[in-house]
Amino acid sequence: MNLFNLFSDIEKVDGDVAERVAYYTRRNLFKLGRKATTAMAAPTVLAASLNDAYAQSATVAEVLNFALTLEYLEDEFYRTGLATAGLIAAGDQAVIAQISKHEAAHVALLKGALGTAAMAKPTFKFGNAFSTYPVFLATAQAFEDIGVRAYKGQAGNLLGQAVLTTALQIHSVEARHAAIVRRIRGLKGWISDPAETPAAAYAGEDNVTQATVNVTTLPNVTGIDAARSREAFDEILTRQAVLAIAGAYL
Amino acid sequence: MLSSNKDQQVAPGVFVSPEHPSMFLGRRLFLRYAGFTVAASGLLMACSSTETVQVTPTIVDLGSGDTGILNYAYALEQLEAAFYTQVVATPYANMSADEKTILTEIRDHEIIHREFFKAAIGSSAIIGLTPNFSTINFSDRSSVLNAAKTFEDLGVGAYNGAGKLIKSADYLTLAGKIVSVEARHAAIIRDLLNPRTAAFAGDDVIDAMGLDKQFTPAQVLPLAQPFVTNKISGANLPV
Repeated sequence: MNLFNLFSDIEKVDGDVAERVAYYTRRNLFKLGRKATTAMAAPTVLAASLNDAYAQSATVAEVLNFALTLEYLEDEFYRTGLATAGLIAAGDQAVIAQISKHEAAHVALLKGALGTAAMAKPTFKFGNAFSTYPVFLATAQAFEDIGVRAYKGQAGNLLGQAVLTTALQIHSVEARHAAIVRRIRGLKGWISDPAETPAAAYAGEDNVTQATVNVTTLPNVTGIDAARSREAFDEILTRQAVLAIAGAYL
Repeated sequence: MLSSNKDQQVAPGVFVSPEHPSMFLGRRLFLRYAGFTVAASGLLMACSSTETVQVTPTIVDLGSGDTGILNYAYALEQLEAAFYTQVVATPYANMSADEKTILTEIRDHEIIHREFFKAAIGSSAIIGLTPNFSTINFSDRSSVLNAAKTFEDLGVGAYNGAGKLIKSADYLTLAGKIVSVEARHAAIIRDLLNPRTAAFAGDDVIDAMGLDKQFTPAQVLPLAQPFVTNKISGANLPV
């Protein structure tokens, strides 16, 4: 199965997938509601701030479990890739191993922060992602660029929360990952072509209006290609959009 | 500043020796100390000028609240845009086509960031700053790329640390849209210096928890100040 088919499949109206994503979301919400009162004892670096957040709402825990889902996905993906003999080019081993190390650390960090509220690792289906190195890299790029957009999309929900800084510190690491994977693939490190695939992962990246300012018509940007204006700002993805894409792997 | 081989470079041209007060003062105190040093050297420069009247440099106040944070970002983007403009205008020896494309595109991103902030802040925007890149050798690849690495890593840490100071969700998201592009720059610059190694997100900048740097304005401004002629004040920024 082609990687891109996986994504285009999910874009179609697919009752089964929609049901699965909805179930998944409901399950998390239920779990959070049930566990919220027992999460206080989590002995972690973030526990105190998370407890503060619980006092106000469960939104922060929802955001962190959402992030944990993506980190579980990435962590298993890279570990499996590294364990697949002959898959990763010898010259790129150090890069992929470094990314894998970070994803494992992110899983540990988020699990620790959530304590008993942490969701269990889902069972993932990676399809043909490990069949060839180009497919592996294309999948890696999609995961990383989606991850960047997903964290960014949740920043507003963490406004004023102590965990915001931690989320931002993960977010920029994912952006570093995305850039190097793109470079290995012979692409620019920044998202440039609005027609990049999978389409669902890059939807909205052609936006050039930032905070009501059209960034293609600013003073002193005359002669600068409009592509630079798209590249200069990474766009967000909503939680729903991300779960719809991730649903293909669940 | 003279430096021995035991010294640690904390920014281009800024060395700290193991015997330096920073090694036994707290980081915050050291940064205050470093800020003092910069102010003092500015004074010395003023004294050594041929004019007999000592010129007091105008202090650029970033302001307060979200506007202050936007001006803080605007100042950093001005610095980066000026740096890459110089890099592209006077390319170092044997700059490859790949490197030229990358550095030109980064220049354009930083110019767009700069002009965006100027437009978004409007009448509260700080003035155009005068850069001072005298410590950077623009004809030397290593000097240029290491300075670029410093600026990008510092920019990422600055945005990461400023997020919690922002009150508006829209501005927070906006900062997020820019910081990930700065992080992409950092990774690519680092890959130019150390191709296909762990350096793109090296252990020098990402900690054991998989977290990138985050700095407060009070940490960033003293490190940025040596590259700007104007004296920048973040005294009214949120903390």
